[in-house]
Amino acid sequence: MQVPILKQGPFLIATIQSALTDADIVQLRDALVEQVGRYRSRGVIIDVTALDVMDSFATGTLQDVANMLRLRGAETVIVGIQPNVAFAMVHMGLTLDRVTTRLDLEEGLDHLNRAMKSAFQR
Amino acid sequence: MKPAAIAEETSQEVVTDADIVAARMHGRALALQLGLRATDATLVATAISELARNILLYARRGAITIAPIAHGERRGILVIATDDGPGMSDPLHCMEDGYSTSGRLGLGLPGVRRLMDEFELDSHLGQGTRVTVKKWIG
Repeated sequence: MQVPILKQGPFLIATIQSALTDADIVQLRDALVEQVGRYRSRGVIIDVTALDVMDSFATGTLQDVANMLRLRGAETVIVGIQPNVAFAMVHMGLTLDRVTTRLDLEEGLDHLNRAMKSAFQR
Repeated sequence: MKPAAIAEETSQEVVTDADIVAARMHGRALALQLGLRATDATLVATAISELARNILLYARRGAITIAPIAHGERRGILVIATDDGPGMSDPLHCMEDGYSTSGRLGLGLPGVRRLMDEFELDSHLGQGTRVTVKKWIG
């Protein structure tokens, strides 16, 4: 199932709507890396609220997305990691390094808006 | 004392990455049906996801079997991942954190062991691999 990516001003919002196969996650990665260039986006929010499991592959691929987008000049914010999913990730020893996370979409947008504003003021 | 037959053993063939998702969804459903907490059901689903991916990655096909288990008063869920793939020359080595023959995806087996209450790995070179894990209620 393809993940819809919405363009909102200088940001992209990818909302995962169901469990994803490995191929779906890879497709999401490639789509975001491409669209960040096409739309000259400064920030990307990935909403994982509907993701049933964040295993080593999902976590590793989201880490890759954040690293690639940083190289493309955009910040990635992952929002909506569910309590049970966070619990399982910590048990497995899975981490997201240098990736901003926020509680939900609202907090994620707030973070990116502030980051844009402070970058503008500098 | 035999537990009431509220759920049966089921098996999911693992041949494509969609089967990984199906296997972990079945596992979560059975875990919840058996009375595991939602948190533990997610641990079971995550473990199944890792085990099913290992099957695809190393053996290309295999199966995930899930079943209710009982030991005295204790109830729980059993997950068995089997394949007829190449097997492991050194299963103990494969259990070390960070060890992987497939690049950074890793075997994920140390992670699976941390997610579950009991873990058993049976693998011989040329004879496939069998991983048996259990999660108890409570």
